[in-house]
Amino acid sequence: MKITLKVWRQANKDAKGSMKTYRLDDVSEDMSFLEMLDMLNEDLTTKGGEPVAFDSDCREGICGMCGVVIKGSAHGRYESPIATTTCQLHMRYFADGAVIEVEPWRAGAFPVVKDLVVDRSAFDRIIQAGGFISANTGSAPEAHSTPAPKHLADRAFDNACCIGCGACVAACPNGSGMLFTAAKITHLANLPQGQPERHSRVKAMVAAHDGVGFGGCQNVGECAAVCPKKVPLESIAQLNRDLFASLFKSV
Amino acid sequence: MAVTKKSKPSTYFSLGADIHDTKAPAGPIDKKWQARQLQAKLVNPANRRKLTVIIVGTGLAGAAAGATLGEAGYNVHSFCYQDSPRRAHSIAAQGGINAAKNYRNDNDSVHRLFYDTVKGGDYRARETNVYRLAEISAGIIDQCVAQGVPFAREYGGLLDTRSFGGVQVQRTFYARGQTGQQLLIGAYQALERQVAAGTVTMHSRHDMMEVIVHNGKARGIVTRDLISGKIEAWYADAVVLASGGYGNVFFLSTNAMGSNVTAAWRAHRKGAYMANPCYTQIHPTCIPVQGDHQSKLTLMSESLRNDGRIWVPKDPADAEKDPRQIPEEDRDYYLERIYPSFGNLVPRDIASRQAKYMCDDGRGVGPLISEVTQEGVSQQRRRGVYLDFADAIARLGKAAVEKLYGNLFDMYAQITGEDPYATPMRIYPAVHYVMGGLWVDYDLMSSIPGLYVAGEANFSDHGANRLGASALMQGLGDGYFVLPNTINDYLADGPFEKIDDATPAAVEALEAAKARVDRLLAVDGTRTVDSFHREVGAIMWEYCGMERTEEGLQIAIEKIRALREEFWTNVKVPGTGVDFNQALERAGRVIDFIDLAELMCIDALNRRESCGGHFRRESQTEDGEALRHDDEFAYVAAWEYAGDGEAPILHMEPLNYEAIELKQRSYK
Repeated sequence: MKITLKVWRQANKDAKGSMKTYRLDDVSEDMSFLEMLDMLNEDLTTKGGEPVAFDSDCREGICGMCGVVIKGSAHGRYESPIATTTCQLHMRYFADGAVIEVEPWRAGAFPVVKDLVVDRSAFDRIIQAGGFISANTGSAPEAHSTPAPKHLADRAFDNACCIGCGACVAACPNGSGMLFTAAKITHLANLPQGQPERHSRVKAMVAAHDGVGFGGCQNVGECAAVCPKKVPLESIAQLNRDLFASLFKSV
Repeated sequence: MAVTKKSKPSTYFSLGADIHDTKAPAGPIDKKWQARQLQAKLVNPANRRKLTVIIVGTGLAGAAAGATLGEAGYNVHSFCYQDSPRRAHSIAAQGGINAAKNYRNDNDSVHRLFYDTVKGGDYRARETNVYRLAEISAGIIDQCVAQGVPFAREYGGLLDTRSFGGVQVQRTFYARGQTGQQLLIGAYQALERQVAAGTVTMHSRHDMMEVIVHNGKARGIVTRDLISGKIEAWYADAVVLASGGYGNVFFLSTNAMGSNVTAAWRAHRKGAYMANPCYTQIHPTCIPVQGDHQSKLTLMSESLRNDGRIWVPKDPADAEKDPRQIPEEDRDYYLERIYPSFGNLVPRDIASRQAKYMCDDGRGVGPLISEVTQEGVSQQRRRGVYLDFADAIARLGKAAVEKLYGNLFDMYAQITGEDPYATPMRIYPAVHYVMGGLWVDYDLMSSIPGLYVAGEANFSDHGANRLGASALMQGLGDGYFVLPNTINDYLADGPFEKIDDATPAAVEALEAAKARVDRLLAVDGTRTVDSFHREVGAIMWEYCGMERTEEGLQIAIEKIRALREEFWTNVKVPGTGVDFNQALERAGRVIDFIDLAELMCIDALNRRESCGGHFRRESQTEDGEALRHDDEFAYVAAWEYAGDGEAPILHMEPLNYEAIELKQRSYK
């Protein structure tokens, strides 16, 4: 396949960036999107240019390290028939001769580091505020001492599968991290072990979310539409319910 | 079994004194860990914050150790190369985690888990360490449940378990096909809790470049900030490496793109012994290579072998035929034919090797792949075998198969563009895990005092082959329970004398790190870093992969040495050292892989036996099965670095089996 790439190039967080055009003539449809970018970088390096910086690690859709906006959608969600991370998007979904725009996540809370790489440490700070259960090592009771109803454990899992990639933020017109935050709230709120800190957790995490510069949620729903792990939009409703309930608790 | 015939030095290495683990106390095996905990010196809680511990890596072992040592009150500095500690490659483990809970009432016990692990490791693991791992396994599950890890549950609300990797008890706990992810996120959250509490300082996007060894003790590390390029020294009373495995030496593996050996290799060059580096696990059920641009391989859980049947066409001429058009009588279900009692469920190494033989024989399927054989012949071979669910779909129905394996089928379809419900999957073995790693004693301390090694980065628990669902157990066991109960014995003598950037050991390490960056950038040749990585990977896969020979390994060593020469004269690293430069990051990792590759081949050359995942063509039974030589090789090969261009020094740690009797495996 022949493709034309328009890629965001930005030397560092303070530099001014712009779109640059590259052509690749020998793309195989079995390549993943990132393997296509690898090919571009090999080509640029051999010709004395500077390769495009982009993040990726596991390349099997689970670590959450990769993520770029492809033809306007996070992870190229609207190029793929199923939910996907950038690393699992394959070139067979693009037409021969396609023109593909590639941009970094754009959100106030995710400053660009270089080219397609952004700083997502704001997510870690939300977790630090309360995205955990306080259980010191060695203090745990026997695992079967507290049964957890299966339907709730399954619901917890449907949210715990969030990979922290940031696609939800990139897709949101407000740059909100509410789906990410709600996924952790809903995961822990549906397990018996998560109950003691349930209300303090939601207050602290929402405050941290707002504090690190994410925008507010207006239930647009684009976050859930692009989520590679299909974290449900209704998790935000769970967050709001728990946040509301916490106002009546002295936590 | 005592080693009666000693390895002889060769042109490739010299022999050093035998080594021994001196930390496991005498006495019955089931009392050793208790005795060690009782003997270990303690650190008063009020003094812990005066002691600093550096931890490199934030996978299961590193995050668990960081969280636990932080909770204990130590001053912890944690480092990872990714943008967040949550990305570490433990996250990609699918299948599950073993624990001797005996929830199924199926005769499981600590002793049985211990026995299965030693046997699975083909009697090349240290007995004391493995017993302790089995002992602490149940506590790992308790800890994870308390943290909110959403394990699979039964309708009664209790934890579900399954049988995994050919063992006969159901001791594997799991969280759908994403167990590693859930366990890692649990450990990550515990770590972030300590970051908030101020006991842990997190340094992400940092590469470790050197260990600082002062007066014989590990006292810190030198890192490069991957964003600014700043090279900096960090000081501590002890250093823990939890930096994972080095499977990426093969270029194509199931490891993450960034997984590397640099932290371990830099420590090796400073005096830490590297143990059994040639022990590699090759996983039979991976998605085959599609073309020349492939960057990594994807594993599919081997639970697929429970219901899928593996076959190749009897006639090579059928390779391109639609598999559904090949009649039963023209198919060779080779595992069922050769191993009638185990069939498709033979251990990983046998399933992998037989797939290779079928494809070597020209009966593979899928695209033609260009390769060079051990004999130096350039050829094209199809590298894939069918894994067929047609019988399972006919027997159980499509819906039942979808329920069991749906996520794996989706993954396969996404990557290959083929529908595995309609046409058989293609699979081929790929490098998945390394059992080798830095040598550690019972306390997990390396041969450098104060340098500890945890998780896949150490060699200790899996012998020559790892049992399925044991990697997660070991990573968390080391991090949550072993290290926090042994490192205090060393730290009790601290805080050690203050050192800073003017201390000669730090000056040396800082200058070495800076010189290395300058040297990589100065070559300015014509070949990209990735092209060197692909080449060393191809050499290792051909000569030091599933099947190894004396002659082949010697050829490989020559090729690796020539490649190293070329690297230092012809590599091209664009950009500068003072900003975000991914080519520079990779260049440093690739040259360390090249150096490691040579040591792996020397280790493989010395081990003239077939054991675990390591098959030596010269050492097989009359019917072609692996043949161990306990009288010669029942030892851990711990390699000491002797200087650039010098032959490494082999130290042997004899393996003494007291609780278990050595047996030759048989799956016929």
